[in-house]
Amino acid sequence: MAKMQSSLRSAIALGSAKEGVHHWWLERISAIALIPLTLWFVVGLIGVVGADYATFAAWLAKPWNAGLMICFIAAAFLHGKMGMEVIIEDYVEPRSVQMAVKVFVNLMAFALGTISVVSVLIVAVRG
Amino acid sequence: MSLLEERLNRGGPVSPHLQVYNMFALTSFLSILHRIFGAALFVGTLLFVYWIASAAAGPQAYDSAMGFLGSWFGYLLIFGWSFALFYHMCNGVRHMLWDTGRLLELKEIYQSGYIMVACALSLTVIAWVIGLSV
Repeated sequence: MAKMQSSLRSAIALGSAKEGVHHWWLERISAIALIPLTLWFVVGLIGVVGADYATFAAWLAKPWNAGLMICFIAAAFLHGKMGMEVIIEDYVEPRSVQMAVKVFVNLMAFALGTISVVSVLIVAVRG
Repeated sequence: MSLLEERLNRGGPVSPHLQVYNMFALTSFLSILHRIFGAALFVGTLLFVYWIASAAAGPQAYDSAMGFLGSWFGYLLIFGWSFALFYHMCNGVRHMLWDTGRLLELKEIYQSGYIMVACALSLTVIAWVIGLSV
């Protein structure tokens, strides 16, 4: 279930040995998640955009806001890093440079995502 | 050079990009825009991380960050990022409709393209009108 694929192709030894379909599915699932999350994010942000720190912190401290913000961060960075990977695959040569750039993008996505999630938690818990 | 080094540095075929994109065909134009905006959104997350991390750092850091984000330059960046976001989202829906096999006739591609751009522009305008008035 997790891979969104049946094992038939492995059983009858047909089809690609690689990970393309998994990537394709994750891209779409994160995209689907991002539609409501993005709309929530924009609406939420509009509500707090002019406010002072205390108002913003109080908003983010609500468990549904903090939770959805973390979901948004996770989905956005997953979707974004996968999108960047295909762009890199299309345009970056030689292979050694391509791999280096992909690793860099993945590390950035992971680091920025982690920093964002930790920040949300700090604001939510501290108030 | 070892065989491995030769292989890694051979520099194989790459996808052509600007040299083949017909910017006067709505199909390819909207398509490459989707990719460009996607990449811009990814780079733009730096702005988001800057903002949320400043909040975690405390009220003074937050006010300072909001000072920058509230400047004309900050507004410009956020406006650009918001349009890229709505465009990428609306065109993403269009992409996923294609995945289901719908809207694949050329006429439908053009029509959905115009509708998609109109939606993206509308969402951007609505968000900003509301955002600037509250």
